[in-house]
Amino acid sequence: MIKTRTFKGSTIVVAGLSTLALAVSAHAETLNIVSWGGAYTESQQKAYHAPWAAQNGDEIINIDRSGNALAGLRAQSQAGNVTWDLVDMLPADAMIACAEGLIEPLDHDALLAAAPDGTPPSEDFVDGALGECFVASIVYSNVVAFNTEMFPEDKQPSSIADVFDLENFPGKRTLLRKPINNLEWALVADGVAPEDVYDVLETEEGVERAFAKLDTIKDEVIWWEEGAQPPQLLADKEVAFGSAYNGRIFNAMVNENQPFEIIWDAQVFELDGWVVPTGKLDKVKDYLRFATDTQRLADQAQYISYGPARKSSSDLVSTHAETGIDMMPHMPTFPPNFATAIPKDDEFWADYGDELTQRFDAWLAQ
Amino acid sequence: MAVPSYATRGERIWHYVFLGLCGLIFLFLIGPLLIIIPLSFNAEPYFTFSDAMLRLDPAGYSLRWYEDFFTSSAWLNSIKNSFIIGIASTVLATVLGTIAALGLSNRHMPARGAIMALLISPMIVPLIISAAAMFFFFSKIHLAQTYLGVILAHTALGIPFVVITVTATLSSFDTTLIRAAHSLGANPTRTFFKVVLPLVTPGVVSGALFAFITSFDEVVVVLFISGPEQRTMPIQMWSGIREQISPTILAVATMLVILSMLLLTTLELLRRRSERLRGMTPG
Amino acid sequence: MSESPTAPLTTADGVPLKTSLRRAVRRSKLKAFLLVSPLLLFLVIAFVMPIFDMLWRSVDNPEVSSTLPRTVSALEGWDRESLPGEPAFAALVEDLRDGQAARNLGLLSSRLNYEKSGMRSAISRTGRRARNLEPPYREALIELNETWGELDTWKLIQREASPYTLSYYLAAVDRQLTPDGEIVKVPEHLEIHATLFWRTFWMSGVITLMTLLLGYPIAFLLANLPLRYSNLLMILVLLPFWTSLLVRTTTWIAILQSQGVLNDMMVAIGVIADEARWQMIHNKLGTIIAMTHILLPFMILPLYSVMKTIPPSYMRAARSLGGRPFLSFRRVYFPLTIPGIAAGGILVFILSIGYYITPALVGGQSGRFITNYIAYHMQTSLNWGLAAAIASILLFVVIVFYMVFNRLIGVDKVKLG
Repeated sequence: MIKTRTFKGSTIVVAGLSTLALAVSAHAETLNIVSWGGAYTESQQKAYHAPWAAQNGDEIINIDRSGNALAGLRAQSQAGNVTWDLVDMLPADAMIACAEGLIEPLDHDALLAAAPDGTPPSEDFVDGALGECFVASIVYSNVVAFNTEMFPEDKQPSSIADVFDLENFPGKRTLLRKPINNLEWALVADGVAPEDVYDVLETEEGVERAFAKLDTIKDEVIWWEEGAQPPQLLADKEVAFGSAYNGRIFNAMVNENQPFEIIWDAQVFELDGWVVPTGKLDKVKDYLRFATDTQRLADQAQYISYGPARKSSSDLVSTHAETGIDMMPHMPTFPPNFATAIPKDDEFWADYGDELTQRFDAWLAQ
Repeated sequence: MAVPSYATRGERIWHYVFLGLCGLIFLFLIGPLLIIIPLSFNAEPYFTFSDAMLRLDPAGYSLRWYEDFFTSSAWLNSIKNSFIIGIASTVLATVLGTIAALGLSNRHMPARGAIMALLISPMIVPLIISAAAMFFFFSKIHLAQTYLGVILAHTALGIPFVVITVTATLSSFDTTLIRAAHSLGANPTRTFFKVVLPLVTPGVVSGALFAFITSFDEVVVVLFISGPEQRTMPIQMWSGIREQISPTILAVATMLVILSMLLLTTLELLRRRSERLRGMTPG
Repeated sequence: MSESPTAPLTTADGVPLKTSLRRAVRRSKLKAFLLVSPLLLFLVIAFVMPIFDMLWRSVDNPEVSSTLPRTVSALEGWDRESLPGEPAFAALVEDLRDGQAARNLGLLSSRLNYEKSGMRSAISRTGRRARNLEPPYREALIELNETWGELDTWKLIQREASPYTLSYYLAAVDRQLTPDGEIVKVPEHLEIHATLFWRTFWMSGVITLMTLLLGYPIAFLLANLPLRYSNLLMILVLLPFWTSLLVRTTTWIAILQSQGVLNDMMVAIGVIADEARWQMIHNKLGTIIAMTHILLPFMILPLYSVMKTIPPSYMRAARSLGGRPFLSFRRVYFPLTIPGIAAGGILVFILSIGYYITPALVGGQSGRFITNYIAYHMQTSLNWGLAAAIASILLFVVIVFYMVFNRLIGVDKVKLG
């Protein structure tokens, strides 16, 4: 206000605006949060959204579009009308979105909460959990599960090779309609050690070998595209085996009492987490800090069997909120489950994904 | 189509075989639409007739899927969107299309054939192509993911129907009636409202109905250019069918079949009215 | 004739009649055109421009020239025999630094990865470390990622430097350019689009034939019944025509799926065993059945309107002249209905090759059309250039058939309902 008269008006306006901005930030907002839907969104709702809303009155709208999140982000950014505030996506997609400038780079130690003992986020999160524009919240796994009622009690499948063994384990299978996971499993079933899978897949012979193995079960496969399909097909006994996200199977087993069992052999695990669309960081940073703190990640593990991406959360994982069963044996990271696990190689898929997808589609169309 | 008296025995047999065949084809046409109506009252979450339904046991039937529909905010919201977009695009398409049809039916209209072909092209170009093209272009001009964008897109798709029905009505329009009105002392305005409009209205209304149903039933373009706020009923159905078809979709389908029956009846009444007005005998 | 033959006829106010008429026609033309122009303008903006934008996008190739401008100019005059010299490598490092800072390497790496697997990680990895690289850049880059030591990489960059490309069209017909610019077929295991184009055409042909087989008798019946019956039966044709496409597709799922009405019925009456239910959906059969049902009215209506104009007396005449029934039908009636068959056939075929929803929902893997791939590249693979190229090819085919249709029948003769 020391300035000249002509500036006075605008200074008042600026002052007015900043109080208004303060008022707005204290005021309840609506956050459009994109996620995977189903049991997963439900677990987020219970562990993060509901407590956050109770704490400061924000309204959270769940949008089930993570399956097409990259396309959605591109479209919104092209349209100049970004309506999503926070998106749950895979690290591979996050890498692409980040390189295209669709999402915000994140300064993890400044943005995220430290562990209760003061360990900074950059040390508390597991390896690969913090990308340039990405912060993981869970470790999840792609597994094959089966309906125990489809096989005699004394002859239940137990390894990934059994999924490719039509003679001993007949019946339809449902697999993801993408090369990802299926090629890895085909090779393991064909005798490749889990740690060598991607080296073999980088060679032409390796790819041929994987497709040849898939050929042996091709006629018995129903291909799924939505995460909700495999548990449903297994429950309806339309299929004997189904590849799925481990949390969905857990949910069907525990909450719906379905007679499913997971084959942990050769599980393909990876991370999943948050990205912030460009321009939305200020709006969501408080929420993001809250939703990725140690307690919230541990809370989520009470509802769904995905491992928290923070080391400090692991010790807090206890029992399932509704049934009280011990969660640990259902986690991908539980040592007996983890023995033959394959970490998904994002870089491999970033490079060969286009070509292998086309080859896979051509193979399907034959 | 009676069998003529001179028909041989073989021909008579063929005649009845032919009628039987036609009956089967009609069954193929209409059966699927009728079969979902009872299925939508299934008490069980299945897509087929349960034993209780076949026994006509009342316990096998229920309104739960209709209840599901009317208590779901997602479904109700999608209906609201469908009506907003449908009505707005119908009004636009009808106004633009009718005015253009007046010009097109003028026999001095230059390049009539080429213009007509252009106006009808949205009906011929596959929807997926229109959808992709509109997605690219509307994104650039910031119309994607807005109500206005979806409305404009649906207007474009509805226009051919309005143009076709209104020009058809106008081409069978007897222009001597206008001269008669003039010679009887009516001024042009009066002639338009008292003579032209009543005769053209049925064509305009049926064109509008076509435009509305086109928008109301359209999935592909909305799938590409809409955002989460413009979720229409067909989109809601589409994602339901792709994931796991619950019988709620059958309840929606049943209501839509009834809606199309109503629309069809309206059109038929309009057709009769317009024939009567022109002094033709109704069929 | 008292007037001289050369004196023009005039109107009451003395203007020559010819001029006056011409003026009137011109005014009438202008009026007609003004009436049409708002709609024309609207369609140009909402429909024609988007289509042209899509055509443009199918050849647009801005990624390399805009993101790697220095590299492109450093490659001018390169001999293409051996790796380019240090200046090209230095230019690449500089371009990648800028690209990394502006965060626009994503589209470039996707674009080049379509042509050569491995480019995505080469670019993104190099981009992240470009800031810390030290000259000589040639050694540094090759050490960082061996892709930069391949001749083909540099040939690719040079080739894609052009602001326009035919690569998308080539990919849409399963062809590709070799690093030296020759057009070759892609390896057999990558062939997909040509297969799908071909499948779309033959399946649409089958569907058209099916609608003709089922539609012809119905149109014949409707055209020859007394009006009060035929009007009633016409409703049975029009009702499906007016019913939502999604509804009709849903009902076929309910009927044909393995736990569906038809299989249940056949199991109940013992035609098939419970374990041996027929797979009638999520394959070609499902697509053909559902689409035949959906497109049948489009065949019946044009056939009906043609048959309606054939006087029944023709057949009677043929009969009375001694023709046997089938012979008279084949020689007299059938040829008269050919315009209707042509109209209905072209209409059904055009609609069929552009269908997306029904094949996507009931086609499973084997019953998908090329349209499903347009959607796939639009929404999942995000290769928009390829989607635009496939769509443009399909559009071209449709336009050819549309023009044939227009020549034969005339679009303004299309009747609705």
